[in-house]
Amino acid sequence: MGEKLAERTFTTAVWLSVALVAAVFLWIVADVALRGFSTLSWSFLSQAPGDAGRTGGIAPILVSTLLILSIALAVAVPLGLAVAVWLSEFTRAGRGGDTMRLFLDVLAGVPSIVYGLFGNAFFSIYLGLGFSLLSGGLTLACMILPVFIRTCEAGLGAVGSEWRLGALAAGMTHGAAVRHILLPAAAPAVAAGLVLGIGRATAETAALIFTSGYVDRIPGSLLDSGRALAVHIYDLSMNVTGGDAAAYASALVLIALIALLNVLAQALTDNWLSRRITPL
Amino acid sequence: MQAKSRAGLAPTASPGLVQRFLKRDSDRRLGALLAGLAAACATLLLLVLAFLLVESLPVLAHWRAFFSSEGWYPLENRFDLMPMLWASLAAATGALLLAAPLGLASAIFVVFYAPAPLARFYRLVLNLLAGIPSVVFGLWGLTVLVPLIARWQPPGASLLAAVLILALMILPTVAVTAIAALRAVPRAVLSGAVALGIGARGRILGVALPAARGGITGGFLLAAARALGETMAVLMVAGNVVQNPSGLFEPVRVLTANIALEMAYATGTHRSGLFASGLVLTLLVLLLAWLGTRVMRGHRHG
Repeated sequence: MGEKLAERTFTTAVWLSVALVAAVFLWIVADVALRGFSTLSWSFLSQAPGDAGRTGGIAPILVSTLLILSIALAVAVPLGLAVAVWLSEFTRAGRGGDTMRLFLDVLAGVPSIVYGLFGNAFFSIYLGLGFSLLSGGLTLACMILPVFIRTCEAGLGAVGSEWRLGALAAGMTHGAAVRHILLPAAAPAVAAGLVLGIGRATAETAALIFTSGYVDRIPGSLLDSGRALAVHIYDLSMNVTGGDAAAYASALVLIALIALLNVLAQALTDNWLSRRITPL
Repeated sequence: MQAKSRAGLAPTASPGLVQRFLKRDSDRRLGALLAGLAAACATLLLLVLAFLLVESLPVLAHWRAFFSSEGWYPLENRFDLMPMLWASLAAATGALLLAAPLGLASAIFVVFYAPAPLARFYRLVLNLLAGIPSVVFGLWGLTVLVPLIARWQPPGASLLAAVLILALMILPTVAVTAIAALRAVPRAVLSGAVALGIGARGRILGVALPAARGGITGGFLLAAARALGETMAVLMVAGNVVQNPSGLFEPVRVLTANIALEMAYATGTHRSGLFASGLVLTLLVLLLAWLGTRVMRGHRHG
């Protein structure tokens, strides 16, 4: 009898925990969706903010967000792919590769606010870029590089050796094999790394406050300060009384933007890399 | 060439295979280019640690002050980090205490209880929860959770609010690592328990969990590291008063929040103090993450 009761209690506890987690998740999603949609409109997306963000929209903030993200990806993706290919294809054990891996794993764990400190000290002050989109984008590039490299490298490493043997038998150069065989075969990992990077970079706040700054006008150049969407949400909810409605609408836009970019990244990687693997 | 002859002798896959490509000039150039880029990348990342050290150097000489009890008055060169360190540790520990059972139950549900479609759906929920930006957690905490707590025990912005929000944020980490660890338990071990007539509860608590304890503990440590490093969500709900955490309903300021709040106007040694607190935070987070991966590797099943 006691055994049966214990069994039933345990099962109930497991189901209740799961129900609790799911309920809280739904609570958050419902709050963000309901409050967000009630303020969201076309003019919210197309107008500049007024009255510290209480009225108007987020158009300049969207522009800054996308520019910062573009800078981060323009630096992190080619550099990351190059380092991943080097780690996986061009270096043997004990030749700096292991040190590099250890180093990347260490940096993957560094909190984002610390990247913010670094970005402020190095890009903004030491390199003299000031509070600018460039400082923010480069800081984010440093932040997403370690995880992006390790994900891509894992993908390349998982490509079976017979692919390399095949390329070798076909008389391909190593470079051609990487470009036409190995990277396309590792496309899912590259897409996963890209999605992780975009998610982290778009949602990042702490690393941007002291690098790209708070200015909520449309930036005139990459050396201007620009406010990212996540920073806007933070500012509205903490520093602007009566900014909650706009903050929720911005939160909804932020989540939608991340989802949209993820789909885009997935499609682009599939298209760009997978097409090469089909027979010529 | 030597590479050519060795390639002919290698019918089986081996890690050294990559070296057997015919090294043409174009490949040598590519290799050199990639090595150069890797070096540049390593330099860039080394700079992160270098700048952290250099900028905190003026204050590091007086590192004992971090652990004194003279309070955090950076303008008077009093850099006592302890209240904020305790607040960070209390928030992370509290979050883990909540997230660990819920995350573990989630994993047990997915691996042992849920029918396949429901398990897939619940994993999606966990992934979406992990994908919510921290600033959105902060916004929700500030506008929904804090007023709720305030109605019960003012002021609302408190250690408890931080603990609850952090628990939600790290729960997916706990659940996902525990799912992986439980899935890696050999089927034979579980079938053996079934053959012995042990019930589901006994199989899970007595066989599966102990067998997967390495991966699960590692997940806990990684989740705690994440909670310690989180800035925005905690900054928005914790109240940010510098004081030793004395109760769940007291406002506290964690290390990360302190950096975010004071960097805007900090100069001179104050600025160094903030970099130093960033350094302390980084070391703490890295220690946890290192322990986590070590525990995970140490207990991996063949």
